[in-house]
Amino acid sequence: MKIPKRTRKILEKISNQKNLLRKLGFRTDTKPVYKSPQGLNTNIIEEISRQKAEPEWMLTLRKKALEIFFKKPLPLWGGDLSKINFDTLHYYIKPQDKIKTKWENVPKKIKETFDKLGIPQAERKFLAGTGAQFESEMIYHSLQKELKGKGVIFESTDTALKKYPKIFAEYFGKVVPVTDNKFAALNSAVWSGGSFIYVPKNTHVNLPLQTYFRINAERMGQFERTLIIADEGSSVHYIEGCSAPIYSTDSLHAAVVEIIVKKNARVQYTTIQNWSSNVYNLVTKRAFVYENAEMLWLDCNIGSRLTMKYPAIFLLGENAKGEIQSLAFAKENQHQDTGAKIFHSSSNTSSKIVAKSISKNNGRNSYRGLLKVSKGAKNTVSHVSCNALLVDENSRSDTYPTMKVEEESATVAHEATVSKISEEQLFYLMSRGLSEDEAVSMIVNGFATQIIKQLPMEYALELNRLIELEMTGRHER
Amino acid sequence: MDTLEIIALRAETNKTEILKGINLKIRSGEIHAIMGKNGSGKSTLCNVVMGHPKYKITEGKIKLNGKKIEKLPANKRANLGLFLAFQNPTEIQGVTLNNFLRLAKNTNAKAQNKKAKHISPSEFLQTISQSMDLLEMDKKLAGRSVNEGFSGGEKKRAEIMQMAVLKPRIALLDEIDSGLDIDALKTVAKAIKRLHKQTKCGILLITHYQRILNYITPDFVHIISNGKIIKSGDKKLAQKLEKHGYEKFVKEPA
Repeated sequence: MKIPKRTRKILEKISNQKNLLRKLGFRTDTKPVYKSPQGLNTNIIEEISRQKAEPEWMLTLRKKALEIFFKKPLPLWGGDLSKINFDTLHYYIKPQDKIKTKWENVPKKIKETFDKLGIPQAERKFLAGTGAQFESEMIYHSLQKELKGKGVIFESTDTALKKYPKIFAEYFGKVVPVTDNKFAALNSAVWSGGSFIYVPKNTHVNLPLQTYFRINAERMGQFERTLIIADEGSSVHYIEGCSAPIYSTDSLHAAVVEIIVKKNARVQYTTIQNWSSNVYNLVTKRAFVYENAEMLWLDCNIGSRLTMKYPAIFLLGENAKGEIQSLAFAKENQHQDTGAKIFHSSSNTSSKIVAKSISKNNGRNSYRGLLKVSKGAKNTVSHVSCNALLVDENSRSDTYPTMKVEEESATVAHEATVSKISEEQLFYLMSRGLSEDEAVSMIVNGFATQIIKQLPMEYALELNRLIELEMTGRHER
Repeated sequence: MDTLEIIALRAETNKTEILKGINLKIRSGEIHAIMGKNGSGKSTLCNVVMGHPKYKITEGKIKLNGKKIEKLPANKRANLGLFLAFQNPTEIQGVTLNNFLRLAKNTNAKAQNKKAKHISPSEFLQTISQSMDLLEMDKKLAGRSVNEGFSGGEKKRAEIMQMAVLKPRIALLDEIDSGLDIDALKTVAKAIKRLHKQTKCGILLITHYQRILNYITPDFVHIISNGKIIKSGDKKLAQKLEKHGYEKFVKEPA
């Protein structure tokens, strides 16, 4: 029953960070070195590629992707995308000339931004490596020396294209091809920044690697591209966080994340998405998982106007395991259209989906799931559980589960619940002295605990605090 | 000295009147037992006094130390030192007993005295640990979700454990004896007596059976029927009731 000293210290520290979380929405007044004019055309693509001094094949790929983006219609399912004005967005904003590996060298204004978000402190404490993206470019990237020595690569994706062209070309666009969907095509056309990770055979990265994404400019499109390759028998945990100031105009974030988990390897990918309420967040995330390997997506969506994101796992080798755990929080004017996709393509594979959502003040959550067991994939086991909590009468939650099971030996379990905060629970907590706000946020946090407790502790505490702020309305955004 | 006064209290739920004019005064150090059949209104009385939003007070007053509290939400009443041990404590997923009770303890302390020192998690572990010892509880329960998967007996022990932590001025104990085996009943009764002696709190003990009164001696016994107190007396009244049954009193209202 004793709380370790470390935990106590963190608890105290976090309670002092209340202000930090309230102030995620601040703006930084900074002059970029290059900003593309509004709108999107081949000239802009060429300019991005020229500025990055890319190889020819990448420019060709970008141009092809742009055509596909223009050709593909907007999806008619999911959230309302009709209000995105693609012609007014800035598709590439370069904040500084060169990526830095020393924090001191980051331009003052940008450094202040991340200082306020607590990024460099976190790095010293519990991370093996850190990246920070401001607008379109990674402005900082670092990795522990010891890991570099072992051959671990943790770079901005742009740097990786230059430094490791062979391995880059081997994997880029293979998990999520440019033709995959409209927003994956858009990302492929204008991608910039993101993290590239390669973990060599039998190498374990014991502390997490983290990248923080910040949109600062108005009408900004951020299109980072992340590629993670965990070679045989290796393991890595990657964490991404994000935030932006609030503007009356809309911004767009359309990322693509590709992950390859080779035989006996393990990858955990954790997201804490806290975009401001003017950001459309349309992201494609997919992992290929081979024999006896394991993939876990831990996906927390607290912010954005509309999120459409369905992390996917392809179980391609025998005994592969996949797990997708998610938490979505939708309040006023927010729609979290999230979900999970699992493809059992090989025998003896297993999967688990746990999706929890909280809706408040007209907020809307949709769960969209796909579970597929292909013919010939014998003895697969999957468990899907979706729980929605409605905090008030006006909120909404929908579930759209799809299951395609082509194999008789498959074991599939599915449960879905929608619950409300009960009067009895509120009365119980209030009868002990908690205010209604405190009681509600306690119940909501309790509902989310199963997901939150899997986050590294520092994030778990931050997320608890964030939910508390959202629930009690003591929030300046 | 603290005093809870219930004055000509009438209350309804779903347009059905359940309390039909209750008068009762409980002072620090006193133990009042309220006995009555099922459906007589005894649990409703506890819930109305604590401020359950399901009930509407149509007439009468509730005062704590002279201050009218019948319009206050439950948490403000708790802040003033009122406590209810529930007959059927509800389960709350993912909220640990330890966390929630620490927040409650700190909130009440702050409400009573703005300068009250914040109790740190480590200090609180001592407090809850002692209170759990008093109830002979498995300490692991402190880290579990509130009442989730607790046995009937564990839930009742946990209610009195919370009373021990919060140290209320007036405690309403709603059928704390129901569903307890004899050993558990002895433990719970012993803990209540100990707390009563330590804190000099006033206690309103709601019970269906006389059994618990063998372990906790009341100063006053009231019989409630059809939303009214029909007879009051000392501990002998409970014994009479046990002997003759409720019918005798219901037929011959005092």
